[in-house]
Amino acid sequence: MAAKHKHGDPLPETVLRVKSLESLLIEKGLVEAEALDALIDRYENKVGPRNGAKVVARAWVDAAYRERLLKDATSAVAEFGFTGAQGEELVAVENTDNIHNVVVCTLCSCYPWPVLGLPPVWYKSAPYRARVVREPRKVLEEFGTQLPQSQEVRVWDSTAETRYLVIPKRPEGTEGLDEGALAELVNRDSMIGTREADSPATVEGV
Amino acid sequence: MALDPVLQSINIPQDEEGPVFDEPWQAQAFAMTVKLNEGGQFSWSEWAEVFGAEIAADTVSGQGVGNAAYYQCWLSALEKIVDQKALLTPEQLSARKAEWREASEHTPHGQPIEIRKSSK
Repeated sequence: MAAKHKHGDPLPETVLRVKSLESLLIEKGLVEAEALDALIDRYENKVGPRNGAKVVARAWVDAAYRERLLKDATSAVAEFGFTGAQGEELVAVENTDNIHNVVVCTLCSCYPWPVLGLPPVWYKSAPYRARVVREPRKVLEEFGTQLPQSQEVRVWDSTAETRYLVIPKRPEGTEGLDEGALAELVNRDSMIGTREADSPATVEGV
Repeated sequence: MALDPVLQSINIPQDEEGPVFDEPWQAQAFAMTVKLNEGGQFSWSEWAEVFGAEIAADTVSGQGVGNAAYYQCWLSALEKIVDQKALLTPEQLSARKAEWREASEHTPHGQPIEIRKSSK
């Protein structure tokens, strides 16, 4: 189920210029798409996902914060000092026993950078963008995420104006953990919705 | 990430771990430039000349040289150098940009934005 709204607005001029250069240079064989991705990939885990993890951990331990986050995520993440470069709206969607949320964008620029950093290469790939809308359960299985049939899957399609942050379910057996320890369990993919948060046992086992 | 020593002298915004980007397009513009240099399309001194001129022009016109302005200059320099080196023409770029804009405006929601790959 994709959200019903349109990509009405054109992409920012800067993004169009970069995409034009990139697509032409790749077609002419002057640069390789894989080599560009590999270079960009080095930065994707550096800044971003830890910001989002702090937000999710706070929502797990602080009910009032969780309420604020679900009501107005843009303001709630700004409490941490995370603000968007272009003023786009951030929407937090929460996973429950009945609902699993997953986020896609039809274009690489639509990603909540202030909380998640640069998008991973697979997020930008055409197969993910096309398939997660059509067959989300199958795509999630490929990420190792098995969902019970009773759990509804909601696919959120990001736009230039609206970005989504998934609040994964708090793992079992984490009652004694503090906010900092909980944040360690929040992996990047769990905030896109392709995986779940790590369990304490998994993290210790690594 | 260890930068090429010559690239390091270009004074790209970075911290102890390497270049810092605010937005994906900046990393993309950076990566294209690095790969074109590696591919022998231009030298770093040629790049520094074109890029330096953009920064200088920007400084004169009173723009700040923060990260965003810095990469705006970077992008303009990249467009210029691919033209100078006869890799791409401004006409090709502007035609392609119109196609991307068209595609982004008219792609039904939920479909990946793609453009025809015919105009090489």
